[in-house]
Amino acid sequence: MATLEIRDLHVTVDAAANEPPKEILHGVDLTIRAGETHAIMGPNGSGKSTLAYALAGHPKYTITSGSVLLDGEDVLEMSVDERARAGLFLAMQYPVEVPGVSVSNFLRSAVTAVRGEAPKLREFSKDLKAGMDALSIDPAFAQRNLNEGFSGGEKKRHEILQLELLKPKFAVLDETDSGLDVDALRVVSEGINRFRERGDTGVLLITHYTRILRYVKPDFVHVFAAGKIVEEGGPELADKLEAEGYESYVKASA
Amino acid sequence: MGLETTKPLSTLHEHTSYDVNDFAVPGGREEAWRFTPLRRLRGLHNGTAEAGGRVAVEVDAAPELRVETVGRDDERVGKAYVPADRVSAQAYTSFEKATVLTVPRETVASKPTVVTLTGEGGVAYGHTVVVVEPMAEAVLVLDHKGSATYADNVEFVVGEGASLKVVSLQDWADDAVHVSHHHAQLAKDAVFRSFVVTLGGDLVRLSPSVAYTAPGGDAELIGLYFVDAGQHLEHRLLVDHTVPNCRSNVVYKGALQGEGAHAVWIGDVIIRAEAEGTDTYELNRNLVLTDGARADSVPNLEILTGEVAGAGHASASGRLDDEHLFYLQARGIPFEEARRLVIRGFFGQLIERIAVPEVRERVTAAVERELERELTK
Repeated sequence: MATLEIRDLHVTVDAAANEPPKEILHGVDLTIRAGETHAIMGPNGSGKSTLAYALAGHPKYTITSGSVLLDGEDVLEMSVDERARAGLFLAMQYPVEVPGVSVSNFLRSAVTAVRGEAPKLREFSKDLKAGMDALSIDPAFAQRNLNEGFSGGEKKRHEILQLELLKPKFAVLDETDSGLDVDALRVVSEGINRFRERGDTGVLLITHYTRILRYVKPDFVHVFAAGKIVEEGGPELADKLEAEGYESYVKASA
Repeated sequence: MGLETTKPLSTLHEHTSYDVNDFAVPGGREEAWRFTPLRRLRGLHNGTAEAGGRVAVEVDAAPELRVETVGRDDERVGKAYVPADRVSAQAYTSFEKATVLTVPRETVASKPTVVTLTGEGGVAYGHTVVVVEPMAEAVLVLDHKGSATYADNVEFVVGEGASLKVVSLQDWADDAVHVSHHHAQLAKDAVFRSFVVTLGGDLVRLSPSVAYTAPGGDAELIGLYFVDAGQHLEHRLLVDHTVPNCRSNVVYKGALQGEGAHAVWIGDVIIRAEAEGTDTYELNRNLVLTDGARADSVPNLEILTGEVAGAGHASASGRLDDEHLFYLQARGIPFEEARRLVIRGFFGQLIERIAVPEVRERVTAAVERELERELTK
């Protein structure tokens, strides 16, 4: 059974020139097993996105201590693309626009890289069409430049399309729910649930709001504040946050 | 610069003459020459480059075109263009035979006309005139290859309501030196599309210019260059809006890699006081792929009337965007392949606009070759 193990993770971010790097994560411990969905909730600026980017290997972040193991393999030793090929997926909060690279060309390159061989064209076209249908994405998007001119909701749906096509072991979803209207939230949540139902998969759902948790039910909820996990519980913890907000955590960690 | 001025400040084209002796030998400090390594011009600029080599001209023309090789005294030669710098005037003074292509009135050429210019070594001078008579349409490819030290002038005379699409490929061998002027003169409602692709050569300095003789002219100048270690590839554009209601659009994109790779792009657009209703935009972007490469980009937009339909310019030179690469890598795509995808994308939007499918494929293949070269370094 697949396991993602994060141990005592300390992360700094590159600061402006002539300033020392700033530590954002002060020791994060978290274990996700296949079949589990973990929600990380916390106020803005608490370091949730830093955790997501650090796991994916974004060059702006430096791991100063701690470890991340995927099925016992050291993720931190891997390059960004190796992590993705090992089965780690990050749905980004702000997917970048890449001019001149079409969605279909990009997806085919990504699927080829992750599977280690080029998919048969007919099969790939079929999977792509089915994936787009399920997420109510206009087929014309396949010919458009990657994320260019996409609305916020279109970008997020496109992230989930990649999740479904690339079939990773673990998905880290960084505020995938932010900026979505209710219809888009439902469509995106259904995509996440299809991924969960696939079996040997785990989800780390990073969110500021409890709204998405009505569609994607977490097994565990972790509250993030000032760069570490400050409380953990079951789904009932989300209800408490819904009622009381983050104020008590922010004060306690300040 | 300002509305009260009636005379443009740009001096690049102020001094024109057919006689090389009317131009001082450039010393390297002049605005027009300060980016060009004069030592590498092999004397094209100072009168010491004596013609003794050859650039073979081969024309595969559409059947509707008239193709002539004429002497210096032919009245069509030099009619649209007067040399504006010393090397251009040297070429004009020194060429022996000119190629004249004519697309007769109201004729639509049935296939692209390809002029292949093959350098066979040594110094050579050339001259080409392309006349597209009123309401005629043609597509032309100028294909430069081989080794040479070559200076030439090309005149495009586009008649009323006529259309000319030109692709100029500078696919020279590594040791070639090429200094060239491409001048387009647009009559009323004429359409001119220029697509310049510069890949080869030790030094290429290409100066495309556009002039309008009546309203309604529409020019689009697109360029793509890939500069490797030690190469100097320079493009100097001048669009002079002297009559009302004409349009120009300039887009040049380049990539640079390797020690001593040097790209220069100068984009001068002048909108004169009488050129009301002008619509113009110019853009230059450079992707600097490695250390040791240098891109100089100087857009100049000089507006002497307040009544323009649109006027803008933009220039940016930078490295590949880390965020683009991160996004692609985060989907499992290895670093080198991610780089190639982004570079291909950077050029792809331009390549799509090449009017001739065979040339489009060739340019795509040439860019792929450059990307491979980069990989094996």
